[in-house]
Amino acid sequence: MAGVRVLVGTHRGAFILTSDGKRKDWQVSGPHFGGLDIYHLKGSPADPNRIFASQATDWFGQVVHRSDDGGATWETVGNEFGYRGDAGTHQWYDGTAHPWEFKRVWHFEPSLTDPDHVYAGVEDAALFESKDGGQTWTELDGLRGHGSGPHWQPGAGGLCLHTIILDPSDPQRIYIAISAAGAFRTDDGGKTWKPINKGLRSSYIPDPEAEVGHCVHHVAMHPARPGVLFMQKHWDVMRSDDAGDTWHEVSGNLPSDFGFVIDVHAHEPETIYVVPIKSDSEHYPPEGKLRVYRSRMGGDEWEALTQGLPQKDCYHNVLRDAMSVDSLDPCGVYFGTTGGQVYASADGGDNWTAIASDLPRVFSVEVQTLP
Amino acid sequence: MIRNRVRVRLPAHLRNLAKVGQEVELEVDGPVTARSVLDTLEARYPALRGTIRDHKTLERRAFLRYFACRQDLSHEPDDTLLPDEVATGAEPFIVLGAIAGG
Repeated sequence: MAGVRVLVGTHRGAFILTSDGKRKDWQVSGPHFGGLDIYHLKGSPADPNRIFASQATDWFGQVVHRSDDGGATWETVGNEFGYRGDAGTHQWYDGTAHPWEFKRVWHFEPSLTDPDHVYAGVEDAALFESKDGGQTWTELDGLRGHGSGPHWQPGAGGLCLHTIILDPSDPQRIYIAISAAGAFRTDDGGKTWKPINKGLRSSYIPDPEAEVGHCVHHVAMHPARPGVLFMQKHWDVMRSDDAGDTWHEVSGNLPSDFGFVIDVHAHEPETIYVVPIKSDSEHYPPEGKLRVYRSRMGGDEWEALTQGLPQKDCYHNVLRDAMSVDSLDPCGVYFGTTGGQVYASADGGDNWTAIASDLPRVFSVEVQTLP
Repeated sequence: MIRNRVRVRLPAHLRNLAKVGQEVELEVDGPVTARSVLDTLEARYPALRGTIRDHKTLERRAFLRYFACRQDLSHEPDDTLLPDEVATGAEPFIVLGAIAGG
């Protein structure tokens, strides 16, 4: 019987939640790397037992862990992320030039076909890849070398490359997003990149429609329609139907279009999910009600999903990498909160259950659907 | 060349990473300095590379300290000789994580 494995990165370790295809009874394993910040874990689509985990703390720097048995045991792999060539500078918070410095890995994106090939999105913003299972890392420096690089500026969370999307129909095409530079696309396997931010409008930068400088929080794509992208920006939910060349707003009737997560239903490419957050200065749900909003038409018209979610006095956030879907039928949807809850819906969002309630602050949630 | 047996004490998370107990014993060739001890430690336990010192600059991570014989040696140059008690194994070289509240 098919099963599901939920990989949860938290402020105090990693947790692995498993269930069979019914998704009613869950086992929790962890904490793995207890006491340490685990920013992100993700399994290889080509070998689901291979999982990469990013541990990053101010004490001990970056450590990369790899499991080859589905998270039962772990080994450390390479943790040297050196920028290629003269790293140069980007803008600092006060507008001065600041040297590029590696701080941590925010996101791993394993190759769709090769378990030894994995991408890493890091702070200060850059894209690295490993072709030897994480032992060594090489920067794809065409991105940071894009002419706009010296003008990139960190958001409050740091200058992080947090989103990496691989196009299943074209191995040469990759999308990435950086806070607060924007979204970029390569069509040649990472050699050259172009900003894809046309149509974004951000009132918090001097030129609201600038080519770069937008605080993109997350981007999602359905693998069957790789040219259609959905974005949760700092403010505004956006959509592109031309691989990011142009965007238009689809916030519609959301109670707030500020938020961090966005994801797409596994079987319905026009069904998308967001979790509205009150504002950029109040990072919790509007009215203290934790609501997932679902649009079945790719945006503009949204319905609140509340069954099983706290509808009063809830003041948690849902961070950008903390929502994921499984590929069972009906589709399962999962998200984690800064209050340590992991909620799951086994029916596309209609009903929710807390499958873990008292974990540390959740940074990331990724789901593996197992045969 | 003189080979010294040096004891190194590590914080809990690094012990877990290296899969060792509270202390490790190292045979350090030549002068016993913070650099030679940490070079030897990292050669024997590669998982520790980059966790105590920056990969490239080899600078101590800001939230770690080097203690020995009731002294904070964190700000000594890396090639300064460590106390004789460390070089003879009578006292450990201590890598310590800074305390943090919350």
